[in-house]
Amino acid sequence: MKILAVCGMGFGSSMMLKMTVEQVLKELNQVADVETADFSTAASLPADLIVTNEEFAKQLDDGSKPVIAIENIADSQEVKEKLIVYVG
Amino acid sequence: MKLNKEVIRVGQLASDWEEAVKQCGQLLIENGNVEARYVSAMVETVHTLGPYIVIAPGVALPHARPEDGVLQQGISVYILRKPVSFSSDKEAIVFIGLAAQNKVMHLNLMKAVAEVIGDSEQLVQLKKARTVREVQQLFDKESG
Repeated sequence: MKILAVCGMGFGSSMMLKMTVEQVLKELNQVADVETADFSTAASLPADLIVTNEEFAKQLDDGSKPVIAIENIADSQEVKEKLIVYVG
Repeated sequence: MKLNKEVIRVGQLASDWEEAVKQCGQLLIENGNVEARYVSAMVETVHTLGPYIVIAPGVALPHARPEDGVLQQGISVYILRKPVSFSSDKEAIVFIGLAAQNKVMHLNLMKAVAEVIGDSEQLVQLKKARTVREVQQLFDKESG
């Protein structure tokens, strides 16, 4: 499974989100590739799942794959609750 | 992670997000972390990409790219008395200015920041911090 963590530049908040997602995957005993991407290239990259903020989620959701909007990207509890539906 | 008191301000007033981002960036300039143009890039990023730098309720992470003028990696913490809004549903009271030189070093900084804002209790303490020491203590955790 490949998960894309998306932010504006692919360098700031997406890296924090990637850390949170990886931590959650570990807690859930799941393995997945988590990569960061910037908003402008995210749509063209292959992925099974996208995690991002609320603004980008609306724009990236083209119906082809699940897009999860996270309010607090460092909150592993929130990420776990939203991710658990799709992994495992 | 130990933070100098020079990169922390509490109880600040700003009329809008742009002023808060500039003041937060000014701390990075004064501390020798970034060139002045980096702060302009921070502001420009919000204009271009929208308020996505609000990474948690009430917390903004203004930053730009390493090539926008980072001299030495680091963060600054700028806390307002009252939140300023970015959009109809996004506001921030805590501004964490980020200067990163590359992705690897960057991870350690992000980890330290994530530990504070990912914990709802610590996040509340950060938003309410009224002294520089309180902020230093929140960030100065075992993981360094």
